[in-house]
Amino acid sequence: MVEMSQLLFAAEEIHAGDGGWWADTAGIMLVLPFVAFLLILAFGKKLKYKGGEIAVAALAINLVWATVLLLMNANGGVLDQTTFEIGHIGSGLVFELGWVVDGLSILMFFLVNFVGLVVFVYALGYMKDDVRVDWFFAAFSLFAGAMLVLVGAPNLIQLIIGWEGVGLASYLLIGFYWEDLDNVRAGNKAFLTNKVADVGLILGAILVGVSIGSWDFGAIDFAAFEGAPELAAVATVGGLLLFFGAMGKSAQFPFHIWLPDAMAGPTPVSALMHAATMVTAGIYLMARMFPLFEYMAQNVRIVMIVIGTVTLFGVGLLAIVADDIKKVLAYSTVSQLGYMMTAIAAGGYTAGMFHLFTHASFKALLFLGAGSVIHAVHSNNMSDMGGLRKFMPTTFWTWVVGALALSGIGLSGFWSKDEILATMGEQGLTVVLWISIAGAFVTAFYMGRATFLTFFGSYKGDGQPHESPRIMTVPLVILAVPAAVAGVLNIPGLSLPRLGNFTEWLAVRLVPMGDHHAEAINLGLAAAGLAAAVLGVVIGWLIYYPDKDTQLQRDSFEIPVLFPLLRKKYYIDDLALGIVALIKGPLARLVDWTSTYVIDGLVNGVAGLVKGFGVFVYDTLDQRGVDGVFNGLSAAADGAGSVVRKWQSGRVQQYAASFVAGALILVVLFVFVI
Amino acid sequence: MLLSQFLVLAAALFAFGVYGLLVRRNIVLILLSVELMLNAVNINLIAFESVLATPEAIGHVFAIFVITVAAAEVGIGLAIVLMIFRNRKSANVDDLNLMRW
Repeated sequence: MVEMSQLLFAAEEIHAGDGGWWADTAGIMLVLPFVAFLLILAFGKKLKYKGGEIAVAALAINLVWATVLLLMNANGGVLDQTTFEIGHIGSGLVFELGWVVDGLSILMFFLVNFVGLVVFVYALGYMKDDVRVDWFFAAFSLFAGAMLVLVGAPNLIQLIIGWEGVGLASYLLIGFYWEDLDNVRAGNKAFLTNKVADVGLILGAILVGVSIGSWDFGAIDFAAFEGAPELAAVATVGGLLLFFGAMGKSAQFPFHIWLPDAMAGPTPVSALMHAATMVTAGIYLMARMFPLFEYMAQNVRIVMIVIGTVTLFGVGLLAIVADDIKKVLAYSTVSQLGYMMTAIAAGGYTAGMFHLFTHASFKALLFLGAGSVIHAVHSNNMSDMGGLRKFMPTTFWTWVVGALALSGIGLSGFWSKDEILATMGEQGLTVVLWISIAGAFVTAFYMGRATFLTFFGSYKGDGQPHESPRIMTVPLVILAVPAAVAGVLNIPGLSLPRLGNFTEWLAVRLVPMGDHHAEAINLGLAAAGLAAAVLGVVIGWLIYYPDKDTQLQRDSFEIPVLFPLLRKKYYIDDLALGIVALIKGPLARLVDWTSTYVIDGLVNGVAGLVKGFGVFVYDTLDQRGVDGVFNGLSAAADGAGSVVRKWQSGRVQQYAASFVAGALILVVLFVFVI
Repeated sequence: MLLSQFLVLAAALFAFGVYGLLVRRNIVLILLSVELMLNAVNINLIAFESVLATPEAIGHVFAIFVITVAAAEVGIGLAIVLMIFRNRKSANVDDLNLMRW
């Protein structure tokens, strides 16, 4: 448990306030979505938007809190923690629920609630004529609520609760159209992949928590900062296990396989899942535990960098061959998560979180744009699209904003990606740096491809596409604003009046983060990143831009060996399925054998024991013991009665004689003895 | 001593009563024996009262109580005897052995 004095000490150090009433009541954000969930389940069917209005209202109220806290944090910092003890193991390990309010959690509160609200409003239009709309909004609220519980968690235990809640909600939403078996399989795949990784998280949490006697993040960060020897002893293994857990949620290679399949859910789900909830959880965990990796488990960071780099480049390549527009975006998300993970591993706490922040806005924007397109075309495949620029101008222009931001050309994504590159350069990770720049090229290339195939050329689908209703386009415009300008928040060396900058916001933590961030713009790296991105778009334009005369696009572009390999997704999915199949047969037989012999034997044995005991109880204890006692008692009474009743002779004078004899005895006693 | 002579008389009378109670077989005579014992007690009561001379004359009062009770007892007792005799044609206690196991 964090001592209040420590908290106050830290607050003093960084001149942070305690947030007053707003921080004390911040827990309402963790509760409201669950209230909405129950209300929608109870009354959703009867309402006009099938409960969507309840979900929107809950997040709108939440956003008030998040915004106030964000502004307070920008304006001097907020550091507060409220916990309630639920129980404890022995006298040492306390289990608490509550909420932590600091720079990191406030940022996530804002992100989840802001993106969540916009996506919810969009979903009002998108899901309008769909099936089970009330259930959709209920599960959607659950999703947002679980994520808020996760990011507001003051300790690892509550984080795990939120973590599993997010996993459950995502499973429900990915398999939302469960009439199609493929969607159910996608849900299972996501859930099981995450479950494998969750083992690491839980083991890591136990290891770290038991070593210092607390699961509290403040206590863990403090122990890491002060170099507590008992934490240092488990830091490497614990850090690895926690990272293993984060790999699952944040879809790091080779756990990325679930994320593209998760596109089976409705598009708003994809938008929320990729932007603010679910996949950011792993990055958030790494940022939350950052002092552990910064001060103690430095060797784990090498593993993180390798995994992150493989993810950002290798999985990014997969987007080039995808035909499903949502899968292009899904692979790009995995790739961007690789950037974040690598950045945090390299010590760029702010850089990673800043990219998470900008990515949330432009990726939500791109997904909602894709949803708008799918809504119009009734197909996910880019081969059915084309030329939509003329039919859907709002969607097109907002999409361009998102695509430029994602590609790192000028808009918010440029600044955050540049910061990551700068951090790598500063840390001397030259190889990683060049792979990242190559990744930027790939990103720009496949975004160019998606844009040209979708919005240029001639329309190849059926029917007449049309612009989406306002309830869907307005959220696009709202999200386009931060996607365009959010980069201003953390231009190196710039501190906005009354707002400060992103680095200062995130530094409001209990202990100093030891963050490595660029103090000034590295013009060389920025130019290299920008050049790679522009080159990617230009090559994409050369290959995929429609021929002037025929309006036909050359989607037949092919690189031998590489593209077929990419279409097979490096065979990783097959490998995973193969491993599962390999394990499944023997495992099933083992389980069957265990069930037949061990468990049945156990059950039969126990039953036999119980039966034997019952027989013993009946024959020996009941028949002989208990019955014997009562038979004996009645026999004794009977015997005594047959003796005593003889005295009842019916002869009055006999009684009188006894009476006189008694009286005489008394006389003798009274007169002579006493 | 006058008191001791009274007490000897009462004891003798009581002893006759006990003897009659145990030995006689006729119910009427048994009842009479009980009367003898009661009157032996009465003699004791009067004798002690005459010596002690309590202001409330407790001895006399008790003697009168005893007489009253004795009268009532004889009344009920003779009525029972009469009923038994009518039913059983006998006043012998040895014949009255229904009240046994």
